[in-house]
Amino acid sequence: MDKKFNMSKIVSLICGIIFGIGLTISQMIDPAKVLGFLNIFGDWDPSLAFVMIGALIISSPFFHLFKNNKKPIFADSFSYSNNKELNKKLIIGSSLFGAGWGLAGLCPGPAIASLALFNTSSIIFVITMFVGFYLVKLSDLTTQAR
Amino acid sequence: MNIINFTPVSAFLGGSLIGLAVVIFFVFNGRLIGISGIASNFLNSKDNRFDNFLFLLGLILGPIIYKVFTEQEINISISNSFILLAVAGLLVGAGTRIGGGCTSGHGISGIGRFSLRSIVATITFMIVGILTVWIKNLI
Repeated sequence: MDKKFNMSKIVSLICGIIFGIGLTISQMIDPAKVLGFLNIFGDWDPSLAFVMIGALIISSPFFHLFKNNKKPIFADSFSYSNNKELNKKLIIGSSLFGAGWGLAGLCPGPAIASLALFNTSSIIFVITMFVGFYLVKLSDLTTQAR
Repeated sequence: MNIINFTPVSAFLGGSLIGLAVVIFFVFNGRLIGISGIASNFLNSKDNRFDNFLFLLGLILGPIIYKVFTEQEINISISNSFILLAVAGLLVGAGTRIGGGCTSGHGISGIGRFSLRSIVATITFMIVGILTVWIKNLI
């Protein structure tokens, strides 16, 4: 149990590092690259579609190989949301996210990874993003309390 | 439409590494990578807080390790309007929590499992992102 516990921590750190290197090599860490990808109606840079293709080709087969009653190696069970609901919240939330993404060219992964470069812009974005996380948590708690 | 700055090979390589991280996290820790989920749970939940912290730490170490080993500078350019960044940050933070995921959680981990919910979310934020850039460029 204890050994499993510690190994999962090492895996978390390593996965973060690999993910961060992937964002750097693909240049997704650069908001200008992201804005170029979203600029379909102007000078379009389709590169980042290949980030998604690469990530899906590698990951998708494993989800399907491992999803049935196998245990993860360093945890007692698989734990992830299997929410299938298609509702207003999904569309509204994703739209708000899309608007923020298009405004700054930053989504959560690249924003946090770019803290490595110590620029004020990333820091401001990440702080306000966490404020956003917190505000939704607060409003969730209020709705639950009612 | 003009195609510019096209770098499919490095994008594919980087994407494959992201996919590899998703696979390792899933097979070993039994969890899916969604950065907005990991980051907001680090803030809002006691469950797996240290795991989430270490993942986020790794995410920041990644570019530094890349820089040390390749001796290449990482160039990024971000809008320097702090107000715009703050508005965008709030929208991304709130939006990903209301919609239950971001580019990684819905776009990779969700679509990789063929989740219809994630496909709908990804199409939505892509379309709104494209429209936002289009409108911004008109102004």
